[in-house]
Parts: sequence; structure tokens; C-alpha cells
Amino acid sequence: MSMPFSFKLRSKLRSKRVNRSFWGSFGLFTVLAFFGAFMILPLVYAINNAFKPLDEIFLFPPTLFVRNPTFNNFIDLMNLLGESWVPFSRYIFNTLFITLTGVIGHVIFASAAAFPLAKHRFPGKKALFQVVVLSLMFTPAVTAIPNYMVMSWLGLIDSYWAVIVPAFSYSLGLYLMKQFMEQMPDALLEAAKIDGASEYRIFWTIVMPNVKPAWLTLVILQFQILWGTDGNGFIYSEQLKSLHFAANQIIYGGIARAGAAAAVALILMSVPITLFVFSQSKIIETMASSGMKE
Amino acid sequence: MSNWWSLKWNEMKKNKHSYVLLAPYMILFAVFTVLPVIMSMILSFTYFNMLEFPKFIGWHNYSRLFLEDDIFLIAIKNTILFAVITGPVSYIACFVFAWIINELTPKLRAFMTLVFYAPSISGNVFFIWLMIFSGDRYGIANGFLLKLGILMEPIQWLKEEKYILAIIILVQLWLSLGTGFLAFIAGLQTVDRSLYEAGAVDGIRNRWQELWYITLPSMRPQLMFGAVIQITTSLAVADVSIALAGFPSVNYAAETIVTHLIDYGTTRFEMGYASSIATILFIIMLGTNLIVQKLLRKVGE
Repeated sequence: MSMPFSFKLRSKLRSKRVNRSFWGSFGLFTVLAFFGAFMILPLVYAINNAFKPLDEIFLFPPTLFVRNPTFNNFIDLMNLLGESWVPFSRYIFNTLFITLTGVIGHVIFASAAAFPLAKHRFPGKKALFQVVVLSLMFTPAVTAIPNYMVMSWLGLIDSYWAVIVPAFSYSLGLYLMKQFMEQMPDALLEAAKIDGASEYRIFWTIVMPNVKPAWLTLVILQFQILWGTDGNGFIYSEQLKSLHFAANQIIYGGIARAGAAAAVALILMSVPITLFVFSQSKIIETMASSGMKE
Repeated sequence: MSNWWSLKWNEMKKNKHSYVLLAPYMILFAVFTVLPVIMSMILSFTYFNMLEFPKFIGWHNYSRLFLEDDIFLIAIKNTILFAVITGPVSYIACFVFAWIINELTPKLRAFMTLVFYAPSISGNVFFIWLMIFSGDRYGIANGFLLKLGILMEPIQWLKEEKYILAIIILVQLWLSLGTGFLAFIAGLQTVDRSLYEAGAVDGIRNRWQELWYITLPSMRPQLMFGAVIQITTSLAVADVSIALAGFPSVNYAAETIVTHLIDYGTTRFEMGYASSIATILFIIMLGTNLIVQKLLRKVGE
């Protein structure tokens, strides 16, 4: 019991395997390398473009890699931002506020709901979870129109909350959290119950610290959505608009902006990628329990 | 009967903590997911322009969709084409790459996972494909083909109908190794290793037999989860189409159900009609998922 259950999982990770022929491995790794190049080269190209002087972005024949790296694009970007009517820091604040509030709220709400679904027995449990699973099977596009009406009834149009509040109830997060919590040993919870702890206390002091890998997974999945939000059509005021929205105006601003566009794209993509690099092992640990049981 | 209810009621009272914990999430879920689905279905039988009260018109929106709206038929054709290609290809790609990556040493495995997963979390970086397939000779595709002498003049990749669909499929595939891929990576790492050793003793001689007889059956839960994710995204193509081919695209060559929905919902304000498009999309998504779930239950049985 002193051993966290995640260790059991790690001990299953293998390195050497039986039944492996050299040529089989060679062939498969070649395939992997080829497609890996397909995946990564567009990103490499995007990164290199950010450091290319304009005459290199428009060079014939085009080059993948930068020859004379420069920070001019970033300086251009700064100048461009300095001229914008709404100070650029405001867009950054908007996106940070939406992302942080949305992510924190989502982790707490989804975990609180996942705990009884994973560990309690009560009437309606199965039906509630089934509805959540069904909701994984369609995208928000389906509900866009009525969602606008609901937002307007609630008076949330043109405010951050129109993006933040629905993000709290993102269903993939609840699903993954519930599947992960199911693996927690019951003995851990029983012991606390015998000590007289309430369900809320058990949730906060025992369950939550034990599902840290799953938090990180919810954080990165939700972060990536909110970081890239353009306001979902709910936000009109320029001073409330998101970073992504402002960046798109530069990106689709035409040839003169090609350098600055590459720079802003690099900045925007580096944040979720960095976050993933640092949380990868925890995310994989959570995903191990993602399976759908019959 | 009243006895059954009072029994349930007592059970519910005993578990009131469970409901309290569930309440915040479930209330929001009901308001922002369940209610809108129901509203959308009701609105699909009305004429509604956001100003006047919705007017009930029966099945008219649906008959208009299938009998009068030629562009909707293009949208359905494209959506199905995208889904039939990107759905299975991305699903198999997620699994195959996860399976090969799983054979690597832990450090290399982490690196290759990042390589394959990175495009799907890079947000709007897919606009880089606009520069790769740009219509002038500075685009990578044109530049390369011109240099090799295969082309004599640049091709307007994203303006010619015959190329648009293929390019969107390519980019959609590039973006598709997301959550499902991670679930497979994770699932492969948890297959009990002793099964492989036992299999070797029982006469499994190569990795292909091992894959078929041991790995796939032990991963069925992840395979089902991955299928849901890949199917749902493959039916929802819109952002890539709008970013690359424009909105509307040349001759509606890249119109999908979702872009058609956006057209009627946010440009023309025909909300009843748009709701009927949404309802059809909902039925297609849910139906495909439920059928595939049924099929996957049979894997390895």
C-alpha cells in the first residue's frame, strides 16, 4: 500500500523482447524514420522561416533551412505589435486568463465528478457515464448554434466566461480522469473512511494527490484547446480578443507580413510543445488506462 | 412500485456526497452539451432567423437539404470522402507508428513520440502548408518541381479543384496523430510482458503473429477509445479546409458538412436550416461511432 499504484505500471515497461529478426526491425525503423521526417519537416520549415531574412523566405529555389539567421522577423513583429490599437500585452493577458482559469476549473470540476463515477455506487451512475461517453462521439460544431443562444440567455456573450465555463465540462477530461481513478486501490480509500474522513476530505487529500499524472494530462489537453481559442465567435470587443485571433490577423496578412507571421507562429507553437515535453511520461501513464471497457 | 422508488430514494440519500461531487460538472455538461443537442434537434424543424420566434415547418428543412441544396450534397460527398480516407488511414497510422515506436529504447521512444505528436498540438501552425503549397514559385512544392524540371510553370495547388481535396487529406493526416496515438503508445506499454514469453513458448515465431495473437487482443479497450477519437475528428474537417482552400472554396470543392453549417449558421443566419445540418452531422457521427464500436468488440474474439 505504501507503493503508489503508478509504480506497478512502470514495472511493466519492457525493453528487450523475444521474436525479433534484425531485418524486420531494420525495415520497420526505416518506415518510421521516413514518416517521422514527413511529420517533422513542416515544423522544421516553420521554425527556420522564423529566422530567415525576407529575401530568403522568397528565394528561388526555396530552401528548407535558414542560411543567414536573423532576429529581424521578431523585431518586425514587435514593431507591428507596438502599432496595434489594443496593446499586445492585452491579447496575451486575455489568452493567459482564459487558459489558466479554464484549465484549473476543468481539472477540479472533472476530478470531482470522476471520483464518484469511479469509486462510488449510486443510482444513475452508469447512465451518467454513458452520456459522457456518447458526447465524445460528436464535435462542438454540432451544438454551435444553440450554444450561442444559451450563452446569450446567460448573458455571457462578449465575455471571457463564454469560452471558459463550457471548457470546465469538456468530456474527454472527465472520461480519462475516471478511467485513471478506477485503478486506484480501494484499500487506500477504505483506510481513510475508517479514520472518519468525509468523502470530500478523501477526495481532496487522498484521491487528488494520487492522480497527479491524470491532472497533467487534463491540463495539456485543455491547455492546447484554450491556448488556440479564437473566442468561438462569442467575443466581439477588440480588447477581449485572444492571442490566437491577433496572431491570425498577422499570419493571413499577406506577403509583407510573411516574416512576422513565421515569428508569431513559432512563439505560439513552442508553448504547448514545451509543456508536452515536460509532461510526456505522466500523460502516457494516464493514457494507459484510457481504454473503453465493455 | 412505490416500494422500489422509496428504496432508490433511500439509496440516493445515502449517497448524497456522490451527487454533490458530481453536480458542478454535470450541471455545466447539461447546460452546454445536452441541452444544445436537444435544442438543435427541435430547431431543425423550424424556420428561425434569430429575430422572430421559431416557426414550425415540419420536415421542410430536411427535404430542402437533400432535394434542393446541391452544395450540401457536395459537402456530404466531401465529408464522407475525407472520413473514409483519413479515418481508417489515421487510425492504422496511429497504431502502426505507436507499435514501432514501442520497440525503441525509452529515450528514443520519448523523442519519436514527440515527433509524431507535435503537429497535432502545434495549434494553427498548419498554415505552414499554405507556404509549402503556395501558388507561386517560392512555395516548396512548386519550387522543388520547377527546379527538377518536372513542371514548367507553378501550379495553383489550392485553387485547382483536382488538387484541393488531396492536399486537405494530406494535411488532415499530418494533424491526426493526437490523443488516439498517445492512447496506443500507452496501451502498448501496459501489455503484460509475460504474455509474449508465454506466446514464444507456445510457438509464436515472429512479431507479426505476436501482434495478431497477443498485442491486438490485449489492447482492445485502447483500440475502441482510439477509434472514437479518430472517427469523430475525421468527420469534423473544417478548420483545415477553411485555412487552406478558403471559405467558400473554389466551386465549393472543399465544402464539408461543418463548413456548410458555418455558412448557414454564421453568414446567412438561417438557424433552423443550419440546425438540420447539425442534426444530420450528429446522427452521422454517433451512428458511425456506434457501428465501429460494435465491430471492434469482435477483434480477437
